Amino acid sequence: MPVEKKYETPLLDQLETGEWPSFVKEIKAAAENNAMANDLLGLLEQSYREKIGHWKHGGIVGVMGYGGGVIGRYTDLPDKYPAISHFHTMRVNQPAGWFYTSEALRTLCDIWDAHGSGLTNMHGSTGDIIFLGTRTEELENVFSKLTAAGFDLGGSGSDVRTPSCCCGKARCEWACYDTMGLTYYITNRYQDELHRPAFPYKMKFKMSGCPNDCVASVARADISIIGTWRDEIQVNQEEVRNYAKSGLDITKEIAMLCPGKCIEWDGNEIQIDNSNCRHCMHCINLMPKALAPGKDRGAAILVGSKAPIVEGALLSSVLVPFIKLEEPYDDLEIWEVIENMWDIWCEEGKNRERIGEFIQRVGLGNFLDAIGLEPQPEMVAFPRDNPYVFYEEYFEEEEDQ
Amino acid sequence: MSDAQPKRLTDIGPPHYQKFLPPIIKENYGKWKYHEILKPGVMVHYSETGAKLFTVRAGSPRLLSTKKIRIYADLADKYCDGHLRFTSRHNVEFLLTKEENIEPLIADLEALGHPVGGTGNAISSLVHTQGWIHCHSAATDASGIVKAVMDELLPYFKTIDLPAKIRVALACCLNMCGAVHCSDIAILGIHRRPPRIDKENLPKMCEIPNLIASCPTAAIRPSQYQGKPSVEIDEDKCMFCANCYTVCPALPLNNPLNDGVSIWVGGKVSNARHEPMFSKLAIPFLPNNPPRWPEVTNAVKHIVELWLKNAKKHERIGEWIERIGWPKFFRLADIPFQKEHIDDFKHAGLSYKRSVHLTYM
Repeated sequence: MPVEKKYETPLLDQLETGEWPSFVKEIKAAAENNAMANDLLGLLEQSYREKIGHWKHGGIVGVMGYGGGVIGRYTDLPDKYPAISHFHTMRVNQPAGWFYTSEALRTLCDIWDAHGSGLTNMHGSTGDIIFLGTRTEELENVFSKLTAAGFDLGGSGSDVRTPSCCCGKARCEWACYDTMGLTYYITNRYQDELHRPAFPYKMKFKMSGCPNDCVASVARADISIIGTWRDEIQVNQEEVRNYAKSGLDITKEIAMLCPGKCIEWDGNEIQIDNSNCRHCMHCINLMPKALAPGKDRGAAILVGSKAPIVEGALLSSVLVPFIKLEEPYDDLEIWEVIENMWDIWCEEGKNRERIGEFIQRVGLGNFLDAIGLEPQPEMVAFPRDNPYVFYEEYFEEEEDQ
Repeated sequence: MSDAQPKRLTDIGPPHYQKFLPPIIKENYGKWKYHEILKPGVMVHYSETGAKLFTVRAGSPRLLSTKKIRIYADLADKYCDGHLRFTSRHNVEFLLTKEENIEPLIADLEALGHPVGGTGNAISSLVHTQGWIHCHSAATDASGIVKAVMDELLPYFKTIDLPAKIRVALACCLNMCGAVHCSDIAILGIHRRPPRIDKENLPKMCEIPNLIASCPTAAIRPSQYQGKPSVEIDEDKCMFCANCYTVCPALPLNNPLNDGVSIWVGGKVSNARHEPMFSKLAIPFLPNNPPRWPEVTNAVKHIVELWLKNAKKHERIGEWIERIGWPKFFRLADIPFQKEHIDDFKHAGLSYKRSVHLTYM
């Protein structure tokens, strides 16, 4: 149904020029037949004028039986912009690797045109399909149509957030394990934890197929699963020579930049001291036709990264230096480690304390004790440099018999 | 009993990705051997079976109308047997088996206003957050700055010849839904004034013990207001993180006069060469100046151009700065170094210079 234009938007109009695709054009396109998108234009123009947002804190809204997947949102100017007095986001769990058919996309569009603002994010930061803005009474309608079409909601709040991954073996020669297969498995294994928040705070999984880490798992996931290998880099010397012939300076651009200083080039062949290779990917990135990760592939599992809130940003750190990740996934020992981590974190963690912060607070050594893992030198950048050691073992005088 | 409702489906999980993979990917899953970037935004992956898969990557504003998604679907039908995907940085990728379809598809995408590029040593689309379009805690808008910045940086999207790749991201407050803290350049919305206490509503809306515990600097103390429990804030201790506001809506921090943007540089996520790094503070404050935030776009462009001029091949911004040292970065960039640049949070001491490895030229 066509909707009459309600607002002049002189400031937003200035974002329709320029060569980068314009989000304002997208909102205007939706506004032609959607009252919510139309009111959003008016509200956003007001924000641009006043330099302040006009959204209230979310309330608790959702679909029956779930505690996550819907972000409640209300404008603080409901009288002026009644169509967006409610403007809740629905997070729809994306297919692993973000592959779609045109038919699946049209199905999603049909649902959202019938029950929401006609605006989306493809995709949200965590990886979900974001349905941007609908009313409380529409949530169940959207949900029932989504599930009928084979889609489900993703996570929000203090739950397992929607796991996401790179395209892995679907279109990348560097995938050291099946990121999409494992992501699908994890998402299904933890459906209850994903839909019903029961943790101290959010818990994100991200699966990257190689150390290039295209989904930023080391920075953005509580559990970062990063593909790697532990044997020799595969080398095709003929192709190495071809790269050299085509102008690549192998000594300067590869050997000298190798962090393990383990590559030598004599003008004819490349020699790699694999025992000192740090698996950084630089040489492979530059010569994809000549070099490839080894054949003994798996992943390293790191834990604890997060953005600043509350106690400062963290990168994930190594928990498992190497693990084979092959089917059947049910049989992997890592689930016990992960579920042990959740047990101790749920037991001892503070409200809104991410697992990385929890580990910082109790100490990695104590955390390992609690989850039953042995300390390994790969877990630290360097051993402690302060002598304040909490020794737990000591000798006692034997008592006289 | 006969008119029972259909069973309500829950916890079905996402659709299986295999339903959406093109046949060429199903046939070559795990069999890809190597790839080449044919030109900006166009890749070809070679399989050990001899199959070739072409990818055309186009930029997107991330915020998409269903109308645009339907156009993407039509293009996928026209050129790719109905198959496409999206990337972790919000680009759209069309997956082609017919090489002759590449140029017509690019022409259609460019005509649609979606530039093709973002592969290899280039800038890719900006990961970003919701801003004033949808968020209650935004200190700035997200989509507007991204649009303005990418209009300026577009030539670097449509190239593959930069020293290294460059990843720019934007978060509209410190919650960092975009987790921008490991980006070559991070644009971060900031508040600069303590929360205002809505004393009337606070007891109705907030759990006071939770609220007090939420403050990382213990700046919130219990107090009384008209005989009811309330809180007071030691403003000298407030670092404007807004964590209190997240747990208590009665403590808004938004302040049009003082909210704005900070610029952080030198982070990376990939392990290539240097280990992953956090971005570091370059510019503590730039004003919110919609609709095009000229101060922000100029600052980002300035840093990118400085890097282009000075970096060695394969050096990302953080690697370049690590080689030349931060003092030289501030000199070259002509950015005044001030008190805000010196960390004063938990691990501040680790950031002090503890040697005389210094440059003076």
